[in-house]
Order: sequence, then C-alpha cells, then structure tokens
Amino acid sequence: MAIDISDRPLPADREDSSRLLLEVDNLHVEFRTRDAVVKAVNGLTYSLSSGETLAILGESGSGKSVSAQAVMGILDSPPGFVTNGTIRYRGENMLTMPEDQRRKIRGRRIAMIFQDALSSLNPVFTVGDQIGEMFRVHLGMSKKDSRVKAAELLDRVRIPSAKDRVKDYPHQFSGGMRQRVMIAMALSLDPEIVIADEPTTALDVTVQAQIMKLLSDLQQEMSMGLILITHDLGVVADVADRIEVMYAGRVVEEADVGDIYARPAHPYTEALLKSIPRVDMKGQALSTIPGTPPNLARIPAGCAFHPRCHRAQAICATDEPEFAQVALGRRSRCHFWPEVLDDQR
Amino acid sequence: MSDRDIGDPDSATPGATSTATAQVGGFGGRQASLTADAWRELRRNPLFIFASAVIVLMLAIAIFPGLFSGVDATNKREFPCLLSNTVGTPTADHWFGFDLQGCDYYSRVIYGARPSITIGVVVVGLSVLIALLLGTLSGFYGGFLDTLLSRVTDVFFGIPFILGAIVFLSAIQGVEVLGLITLERGVTTVIIALTIFGWTTLTRLMRSSVLSARDMDYVQAARALGASNRRLMIRHILPNAITPVVVYGTVSVGLIIAAEAALSFLGVGLQTPAISWGLMISESQNRIQSAPHLLLFPGLFLSVTVLAFLMLGDAVRDAFDPKLR
Amino acid sequence: MGRYVARRMLQIIPVFFGTTFLIFAMVFALPGDPIRALAGDKPQPPAVTIALRDRYNLDDPLLVQYGKYIWNLFQFDLGTSFRGREVSDIMSETWPVTVKLALTAFVIEIVIGLLAGVLAGLRRGSFLDNLVLISTTLVVSVPVFVLGFTAQILLGVQWRIFPVAGLSDGWPRSYILPAVVLASISLAYLARLTRTSLTENLRSDYVRTAVAKGLPRWRVVGVHTLRNSLIPVVTLLGVDLGSLMGGAIITEGIFNIPGVGRQVFNSVRTQEGFVVVGISTVLVLVYLFANLIVDLLYGVLDPRIRYE
Repeated sequence: MAIDISDRPLPADREDSSRLLLEVDNLHVEFRTRDAVVKAVNGLTYSLSSGETLAILGESGSGKSVSAQAVMGILDSPPGFVTNGTIRYRGENMLTMPEDQRRKIRGRRIAMIFQDALSSLNPVFTVGDQIGEMFRVHLGMSKKDSRVKAAELLDRVRIPSAKDRVKDYPHQFSGGMRQRVMIAMALSLDPEIVIADEPTTALDVTVQAQIMKLLSDLQQEMSMGLILITHDLGVVADVADRIEVMYAGRVVEEADVGDIYARPAHPYTEALLKSIPRVDMKGQALSTIPGTPPNLARIPAGCAFHPRCHRAQAICATDEPEFAQVALGRRSRCHFWPEVLDDQR
Repeated sequence: MSDRDIGDPDSATPGATSTATAQVGGFGGRQASLTADAWRELRRNPLFIFASAVIVLMLAIAIFPGLFSGVDATNKREFPCLLSNTVGTPTADHWFGFDLQGCDYYSRVIYGARPSITIGVVVVGLSVLIALLLGTLSGFYGGFLDTLLSRVTDVFFGIPFILGAIVFLSAIQGVEVLGLITLERGVTTVIIALTIFGWTTLTRLMRSSVLSARDMDYVQAARALGASNRRLMIRHILPNAITPVVVYGTVSVGLIIAAEAALSFLGVGLQTPAISWGLMISESQNRIQSAPHLLLFPGLFLSVTVLAFLMLGDAVRDAFDPKLR
Repeated sequence: MGRYVARRMLQIIPVFFGTTFLIFAMVFALPGDPIRALAGDKPQPPAVTIALRDRYNLDDPLLVQYGKYIWNLFQFDLGTSFRGREVSDIMSETWPVTVKLALTAFVIEIVIGLLAGVLAGLRRGSFLDNLVLISTTLVVSVPVFVLGFTAQILLGVQWRIFPVAGLSDGWPRSYILPAVVLASISLAYLARLTRTSLTENLRSDYVRTAVAKGLPRWRVVGVHTLRNSLIPVVTLLGVDLGSLMGGAIITEGIFNIPGVGRQVFNSVRTQEGFVVVGISTVLVLVYLFANLIVDLLYGVLDPRIRYE
C-alpha cells in the first residue's frame, strides 16, 4: 500500500533549494481517437527543485500542455492515456497512487494556472467563493473564514479594493485582473509546485509583464517550484532558471537560461532564436522555420525535426538522436550538436 | 493543395517548403468549408441515412400512392368496400385488414399519406419563408420595425397552438374569401390554420440568429468594404444565420404532421371523406379492443414519419455544430 | 432590474390586448351564428333572436364588442354564456381541475425528466444513456393523442391499473395517468436538454479547473457543473407550465376530465364565444406572466445577464 504523503507536514526549511520536488521520467502520453493514435508526449524527462523556475518551451502541438495535465492528473481519459514513465512527487510515483490520495495533492501541493481565465473560472460563482472553496474543501474552513482568506489573497496578487472585489463575478474583471484571480486561487494553499500553462498568452504585452513579475515575486516569497509553459521566448528570458525545449512530444534541448540564449545546442532552438525579430535586422527578411509542426499521429522517423532542419543529413532520417550531454547541466538531442554550438561563436 | 503529409520521411527535402495544409492531428488536405464538412458527417451518420430513407419512402408514397397500392382509395366508385368485411383482421391479400366500412385498410393508410405530408411540408415551407423575411428584417434593422414585428410575433405566440387552431378551424367553415372561394374544412384551411399559428417560433429563431450574426466581425468587414444592406443580408448574414432555422424547420415538419393528425383526431381538421391518419385513428377509438389494427397501422405510419423528421433534424444539427468535432 | 421589469410589463400590455382581440375576432367575427345554433333545428321567433343578439352585443361593430368586453373584464365580469350560465362560474369549476392536472404533470416531468437527463448526461454512451435517448425519441415522435389513447387502453381497460376516465377516484389516482400523458412530451424534451447541457458543461474549462483544484468528483459535478447546466433547463420549465395548460385540451378530451381544456373544446363546438374568450384570456395571461418570470429567473441564475 502506498504511503499517503499528502498529509505529511512540509519540512520547516523550505528554502533548501537543493530539494528535488518533481521528477518526470520517460513520460509517454497518447490519445486514442477514432481515426488514429496521437502520440502527444514521447519520452519526456525533467526535474524541478524547490525555488526553481523551469520553463517548458514549445510550439502548439509540442505536447507541453498535455504533459502538464498528466502531471496534475487531469488528463481527459479517455481518450488520453499515460502509457509509460513515472511522475514522482517528493519521491512517490503519482501514477501508481490511489486516486483519492492524488486528489489531496492536487490543488494543495501542486497547483495549476490556466491560460484563459474567463473560461477557466466558473461564471456563476463569485471570485471569493471560488478561492474560498480551496480552504473549505482542503482545510475544512468555515465559509466566513474562507472569504476572509480569499480577500487576503486577492490583496496579495495586487488587486485593488480586494475586500469589495471578493463579491464580484469573473466576468466583472478585466483580463489581467482575472489572471491574477487565477493565480490567487492557485496559490491559496501555499503549494510547493505551481504549473502555469501559458499564463500570459491571452493578455496584452504590458499586462504580460506585470503578471510575470507578480509570479516571479510570489515564487520568491513562497519559494515554490514554478513550471512555466509557454511558446514565447520573450517571457522566458526574465523569469526562468532553466529551459526545456520541446518538440513533437519530447525534450530536444535542456539548459540554463543564459546558456540557451547565448549558444543554443540544437537546430530547433537555434532557429527559434533566429526567428525573433530584432531592431538591427531592419530591412532584412524575417527568418522563419520552414514547414509546420508534425502530425503527432505520424511522427517522422529518426529525428522528429529533420524535415525542417537545415542541417539534416541522411542519418537524421533513420537514427533517433540520443539525449547527449553537452556540458554540465546541458543536454541536446541532436546528432550534430557540436556543430550547432560551434556555429554560435 | 498537396495531400502529401509533412511527416512523410521519403519526401523530406532539407529546407523545402511544404505546401501541405497545416493540421495538427489532421489528415491530408481536404476542402474544409462548413457545408462540405457537414455533408461528410451526415453521410457517415447511420441515423441520417435511416431517416432520409424513411422520408424518401414517405414522400414517394405521398406523391405516387398508386405505386404502392393497386386500388385508389380516394375514388369512391372504384374502391371496393364490402360491409360484410367490416373491421376484418389482416389477411394475405389485405395486409392491414379492413376498416369500419369494410374498405381495404392498407390502401387507406397509403392514400392517407398525401394530405398529411403535404400539409407538413407546405406549412413549414410557408413558415420558413415568413421567418426568413420577417426574422431577417427584424433582426437586421432593429429599431421600430423590430419592436413592431416582435410585438406582432408575441401576439400570435401568446395563443396556445392547439387552441388557436381549433378556434380558427371551427370558425372558418363556409367563410367566403373575397367573394370568390368558400373555405371548407380541407387541406387548404388546415394549412392556413397551422401556418397562422406556426410561423412564430421559426421567426423568433431567425431573428435571434440574425441578431448574433449581425454583430460579427465578418459583417462589419463587409460593411466597411461598402456592401449594401441588401447584400449584407442576403450574402453574408443569411447563409450563416439560417442553420438553426433549417434544423428546427426539419423537426417542424414532423411536428406539424403530428399536429394535423391531432386536429383531425379532435374533429376539427380534415373531415371525411378525406383520408388522414389522424382521422383513421379517431375512428378507431370505439373499436380499439376488438380491432387494434385500426389504431396500429395509421399510428405506426404517423409515428415513424414524425420520428424520421426528428432524427433528420437532429442529424443535421449535429453535422453543422462545429463544437462536436 | 426594476426598470427592466417595468419595461417588460409595458410590453405585455399591448400583447395582451392584441392576443385577446385576435381570439375575440376569431370567435365573433367569423361566421357561425351562435344564437341560431342555440335554437338547434327549431325555428326561432325573430323577437327572441333580436333580444338575444342585443343582450350579447352581437350586432355591434367588432371593435365595440371587444371594447365592451374588455370594459367588463376589468370589472371582473366575464360575461354569460349563451345558455345563461355565468362564465366565471364555469371557470371556477373547471380551472382548479386543470391546475391540479398541470401541476401534477409538472412535478412528474421535473422529477423523472431531470433524473433521467442527469444520469444520462453523466454516463454518456452507457446503456442508461442510450435507453434514455431512445425512449425520449419515441415519446416525442408518437403523437400525444396516440400515446394517451394507447395508455388508456393498456393501463386502464386491459390491465386495470388506473381508472379509464373521469375524476371519480379523485386525486391522485384519477390524475396520474392523464398527468403522465400530459407530461410525456415535455418530459422527453427536458431529459434531452438536461443531458445535452450537462455533457457540454462537463467538457468546459471551468470543470477542468475545478478538478485541478483537487475538488472531489461529487462536488465538481454536483456543485459546479449542475448549477451551470440547469440554467437553460429552468428556462424551459418556466415556459412549459404555460404550455402544459394548453396541451391539456387533448389529454382532458381523451380521459374525459372536466377541466378547462375539455370545456373550451366543447364551447368551441357549441359556439359559446364568451366561454372560449374567457378561458383563452386567462390562458394568455398565465402564459405571458410565465414568460416574464422565466426571463427574470434567467437573470438571477446567470450573473452575466445584465438588465438595462
């Protein structure tokens, strides 16, 4: 019988940044539809320590959101199924846990922030109700106390007149404010891990910056582990410590933020960085990655990226690259990563 | 548009630009218009196939009853009714048995299809036309016209359907219209009665559909490009707003056929010597225990027809609903 | 909100007059001489005819007739039938019966319809779901009078579970079968609507959030989803109460229940115009107010609706 760790008290010293919170190992997720089997995640491996911000970067269809849902245990099943791998939270494999144990972790120890706050919040309940619900359900708090807590949280995410706004409904907030509400709700029980799935994609650029700053500040205050899922390179640069670049359901490059921006070690990352418009490129054609992301029901043989890669050679179509160690804390899934690295000098 | 899948390893040319359609999880590059998609969905839907088959059959029976029954039930002189056969049970020659007068029940059921289905189709056809006109004008122009039309719709809507039809049909007998025709209770009057009380739902539906479509960006865009109001209405709004009306219209045919049967059953719809499924059911009332076939066959035909239209409406709605993909 | 109610009331007034006038016109303007019908086959002395016609204002222009009727209506005088009975007496005898029938049907419809719809919606694709789907489809396609008729024969005459007709067994025995028949179509629509609404809401983003919050399943479905799913259902129910009263005509006819439906049907046949108009007027009022309440209820249930 698995040990129920959801009630274990958290260690007093949460600032111990070397403590490993989450280990995802060789995760495979597939969707079985009427027409085909879509392999959304193919051997995803990463880990997260407390106090760390990990960015998972990828285009639409790279499997980043699906992997997050698998970690949370909210995958739509059917048609989604975890077919391989382990997801360890504080050493325990969540995939083999009984559901009620997993549910106690969900929301309380690992929380999620969704992209579209308007559709992700229940339109018929007040914001205070929805945030307070966390306290009532997980901690058994009274309705009155939970509402007080909700107001405190709204204040913490810097929503003005928090005490009054507690009684408002989601549609009465602006986009940025709504996202803060989502953040408040996710952070309410002081979780150890927060997964933010494209938290700023639906927002204006200026609001984006505010929200990212808020997340970053809160993370430092509470020293939680933050997984930031995004496709936006700009967002990642300021906030993340490490980056996992995903393509076709697996990680193709893994490195510290600074290293990746300075010298990418994978053609995909290289192409992504090159495609960011810069002021000094004025007058030149914008650089793009040719082609489109692969059909996940028919992932190309060999290296999944090879049809779009300008460095591809014969071996890329037949042999899948190993996840090679480039340097300490850096890995790349490419046959020719040394060439990529060298080209950056 | 190339059907070539981007993931095809044999076709990979480094740096080549593919012309395949970008679809994550999609397959190939098929034409993707809404009606084309819907039609494809429909063709695969067994309910649609079944419903359409039944409807086509019923239409055939209505239009060419002679094909299905050797004897013409409407022709009093040729139609053999022997009183001695009264309320006879089904036999090999007479599949549905005999009715009270000893007439062949099968022929009567066959010939009863035409008035019922005609009424259903015509009433809905007229109602849809009215709905298209009034609903579009009302929804598009808004303002006073909308208020006026809405109130008129409300007035007709406020009268319970059956009640209105009963009162109207009872009163209408023998009325002279423009001194030319005298309205007897027949197919025409039933059509008028059902249309008068049936146009309201479709019109409301159309109006709300047009209201949502009117504020859509593509309409604003067309307007900015200089499209006239008429063009906006006909070419842009109508094709998009018409879907709920088509769906409900299909369902309505079934409902109107049932309504006509109900009115005939109550005695205010079609009258003898007209043949209608509702009338036959009404006549079967007193004999139900001894001769259940008198209720069974017209009831069956009626129910199956209504069912077919309901299923068709459901299938069409599901096919046009993008959320159900 | 108050302004909205006031505006709606203002809208109801012309509609009320329009509808009642329409009915009045149909009853009195179209041919068919009620006075002569009274006499039947016997010849009627002209003096009597004239006196009767005068008494009921039948020779006045239509609008005047209508005006006089409305004037009396606001003094709660619904007039007299041609056979001499006070319309209000007739109404007070028949309306309670129909109200009882309609309310019974309403309760049956809600209990069974909601239950079936929720269970089917929660277990999509299961045997129960398909059962609900098929049975509701059948109920909707078999016309009410066939259904009622068949039910009467099977359950009343053959198997003797319920009384065949009339009210002799009082409430509830005499009312159950007719109420079920009356509720049948509405029940079917209700079950289907609940099912669809529930399924749609179960797929929505806020349900995903609720699950991600670690809420127990019963709470995700019972509190979050249900509340949203019931919004269209409640609006359907509101309108339904009005249409149940209208649909009673057929049911009361089959089961010979002395309610408003049967009364109005008989009165139409015997050309008792004032009875018809009287009953219809009340029906219209019920319907209009049911609609208004439904609209208001919608705003209460869904905070996104704003009333200007």
